[in-house]
Amino acid sequence: MSDVTEPLLSIRDLSVAFHQGGKTTLAVDSVSFDIQRGEVLALVGESGSGKSVTANSILKLLPYPAASHPGGSILFKGQDLMRATDADLRRVRGNDITMIFQEPMTSLNPLHTIEKQIAEILALHGEVSVKTARARVLELLNQVGIREPEKRLAAYPHELSGGQRQRVMIAMALANRPELLIADEPTTALDVTVQAQILKLLKDLQVQHGMSMLFITHDLGIVRKFADRVCVMTGGKIVESGPVVEIFDNPRHAYTRHLLTSEPKGTPPARDAAKPVVLEATDVKVWFPIKAGFMRRVVDYVKAVDGIDMRLRAGHTLGVVGESGSGKTTLGLALTRLIASKGRIAFVGKDIQDYRFARMKPLRARMQVVFQDPFGSLSPRMPIADIIAEGLAIHESGLSATERDRRVAQALEEVGLDPATRWRFPHEFSGGQRQRVAIARAMVLKPKFVMLDEPTSALDMSVQAQVVDLLRDLQRRHDLAYLFISHDLKVVRALANDMIVMRLGKVMEQGPADEIFDAPQHAYTQALMAAAFNLEAVTSSVIRE
Amino acid sequence: MTRVSQVNAPPRTGLFSPISLRRWGNFKANRRGYWSFWIFAVLFGLSLCAELIANDRPIIASYKGEILFPVAVDYPEEKFGGFLAQTDYRSDFIQNEIDAHGWTIWPPIRYSYQTANAYIPHSAPTPPVWLLSRQDRCAGYPQGVNDPECRPANFNWLGTDDQARDVAARIIYGFRISVLFGLILTALSALVGVTAGAVQGYFGGWTDLLMQRFIEIWSSMPVLYILLIIAAVLPPGFGVLLGIMLLFSWVGFVGIVRAEFLRARNFEYVNAARALGVGNVTIMFRHLLPNAMVATLTFLPFILSGSITTLTSLDFLGFGMPPGSPSLGELISQGKTNIEAPWLGLTAFFVLSIMLSLLIFVGEATRDAFDPRKTFR
Repeated sequence: MSDVTEPLLSIRDLSVAFHQGGKTTLAVDSVSFDIQRGEVLALVGESGSGKSVTANSILKLLPYPAASHPGGSILFKGQDLMRATDADLRRVRGNDITMIFQEPMTSLNPLHTIEKQIAEILALHGEVSVKTARARVLELLNQVGIREPEKRLAAYPHELSGGQRQRVMIAMALANRPELLIADEPTTALDVTVQAQILKLLKDLQVQHGMSMLFITHDLGIVRKFADRVCVMTGGKIVESGPVVEIFDNPRHAYTRHLLTSEPKGTPPARDAAKPVVLEATDVKVWFPIKAGFMRRVVDYVKAVDGIDMRLRAGHTLGVVGESGSGKTTLGLALTRLIASKGRIAFVGKDIQDYRFARMKPLRARMQVVFQDPFGSLSPRMPIADIIAEGLAIHESGLSATERDRRVAQALEEVGLDPATRWRFPHEFSGGQRQRVAIARAMVLKPKFVMLDEPTSALDMSVQAQVVDLLRDLQRRHDLAYLFISHDLKVVRALANDMIVMRLGKVMEQGPADEIFDAPQHAYTQALMAAAFNLEAVTSSVIRE
Repeated sequence: MTRVSQVNAPPRTGLFSPISLRRWGNFKANRRGYWSFWIFAVLFGLSLCAELIANDRPIIASYKGEILFPVAVDYPEEKFGGFLAQTDYRSDFIQNEIDAHGWTIWPPIRYSYQTANAYIPHSAPTPPVWLLSRQDRCAGYPQGVNDPECRPANFNWLGTDDQARDVAARIIYGFRISVLFGLILTALSALVGVTAGAVQGYFGGWTDLLMQRFIEIWSSMPVLYILLIIAAVLPPGFGVLLGIMLLFSWVGFVGIVRAEFLRARNFEYVNAARALGVGNVTIMFRHLLPNAMVATLTFLPFILSGSITTLTSLDFLGFGMPPGSPSLGELISQGKTNIEAPWLGLTAFFVLSIMLSLLIFVGEATRDAFDPRKTFR
């Protein structure tokens, strides 16, 4: 109370080191920043920059003793948390400083009701008695915008949607009226429309309660919209910090400039109606039966994909856009005949819907798939040369070992990787490099059609832009047809000629991509665009909570 | 561009992948398991050469200028002037005959598992030689203490059993047969169990459902009684016992392998392989089996010691290997009947407990080695 200008939290020269297998790595290197009362500070950086580690060390939530602090101090209201006892820390955690995390499903205990979890926080720190707890829980749920909170008290986490779960997490974080809220990528796991709602909620609550907030994110759009000041982190260091407007308008550090210019750019190659049709589908349906009763009778269907028509020409890209659960991946799997479906699917003029494994096999070489998670899509036990050559061994079994090796090297070079690295294992590559390996695996077979299932979603922004450029380059060179599935409208805009907007298995809007982006007709598409490009929450019946 | 095609040879990183090397490092870090592994390996290696260590015939003999290998070849006794179909090299007559016309190299223990010692000092079982005075040791030989045959090579270091057979020779052979039985049974049940678990986990659905129900029924059978019944009908022997026990022991692997396959069949790299047109069998072998093998390998040493124990108990009950075969279970049962000869029971006890402890220690170290979360300083 002595000095009003004294910062709420003041971090000086904080370092974090991790010891593993006799090696020590410095994850955070002499980081210093202050958070004033009522201020939102964004910590922005790509994965591995040390931003989450910094945030977790404030409440000492790191895996000690594997992690250690070689130096620095964390002053919260004059108290050094770095040297605080466990008992002191417990008083601060969940009370003065609270945190919300990225994945609301795993942050909530699946075995307890919402009421119990929120009341627990109150009981741990509060003077709140059991009787008054319920009233306070209801109040909190109201605050975070859960409709009809009385009915939700007895709900378990799995009964809520992702957005609702994150709201419950926020309610828990607010329960004891904290002075500082640490939000670690709180909207990354959510759909864009929900993300916009949650951001709005957080901003409202922050203003209302006069909280300070440390907001960790990789999304510069959020930072611009949301934060007062920003610290840019890379390689464990803060390279630049200052007011948001200043940094965005006049970035001084090269890395900040790189981040700001790294959004996926460019436009898809021009349309050409003379190109042959590669893939055509009419009325594609994927219905999963719901069975009930003793005889397991089919009582209803989950209509994951419900009557979709599409046509894709060589050298063109069809973007499939939708939020999670909209059936866009299911559609992709159905079109590549990886799951069973109904309806007509024609690939290079052949009706492939009834093809069995053996007849499908020669076509597999011409139709390839690249998946979202570059960590999951490469077998961890094979060197990448073997991973890429796997398809060659099947479809061009006549190749000699040298010839096959040459093709692998060529494919690697095509995706911009050094062929000399092909004897390494996937874990020795970064996320972006691994995605390039996955693309090389598809390209080595010289396909005509590639299904790209969120190929950029697991990557950092600047890497995304590179992968988008690579994909466009490959498309131009080999006249490839892409089915590009993504929830990220910015990436779709940079790649797609045509677009399908899906929701709950049905097409909301379909047509040329530029027309839809310029003038979305359907209310859902409009809401999606507003959320994706302006982070604006639209209160409309078309949006889920 | 041309440079690319030059880089053909993979770098020489050695025979093993980094993961295997890390696991080997973890395995070594568990000192107890590491040394147990080597002790067990040496013991098993030695027991594989049991014929060269304990045998009632020489390894090499030279007779009238001819080099003979009695350990490998059955020479009729006529060759040495006798009349039996098989030469009894331990008899004085043959020994004298060969010594007169050449020389012999004997194994360190001159008894095989079936050889009865004709010169025991009193009625069998006789105690280990180091419990006897020099007089007693040689009491059974025709010339007593002065008999040239009363020498270390003919001593019964661990005594004899109730049929005057050398205990040391019997445990060497018994150890070998137990471990071999355990290894073969474990390998075969792993083969069957992993295959069954893989098929269930990979295909799921009705295949999984039917096989699960079958396994539930199958594993609820009273195994021991079935073993006893079958052992009473079929002539007991190595192969028959192996077959019967294999019928039930494979079930143990199914659970873990099925779980691993169920988990891994939806991995993206499995889907990616499907999209490449890779066949089911190849996917199962190349992409899924390595995942399941970690769990399986961790399980192996424990299954191995379990198999050895089962064989021993069957032998103990008298439903195991045919009479006369060297077996640890039979030795325990002798120890039980001849309570006045404690060396029988004690020897069997120590051999079994050391063997099983070594295996468990190796098993622990293996489990540690495959545990990705385990770190050693």
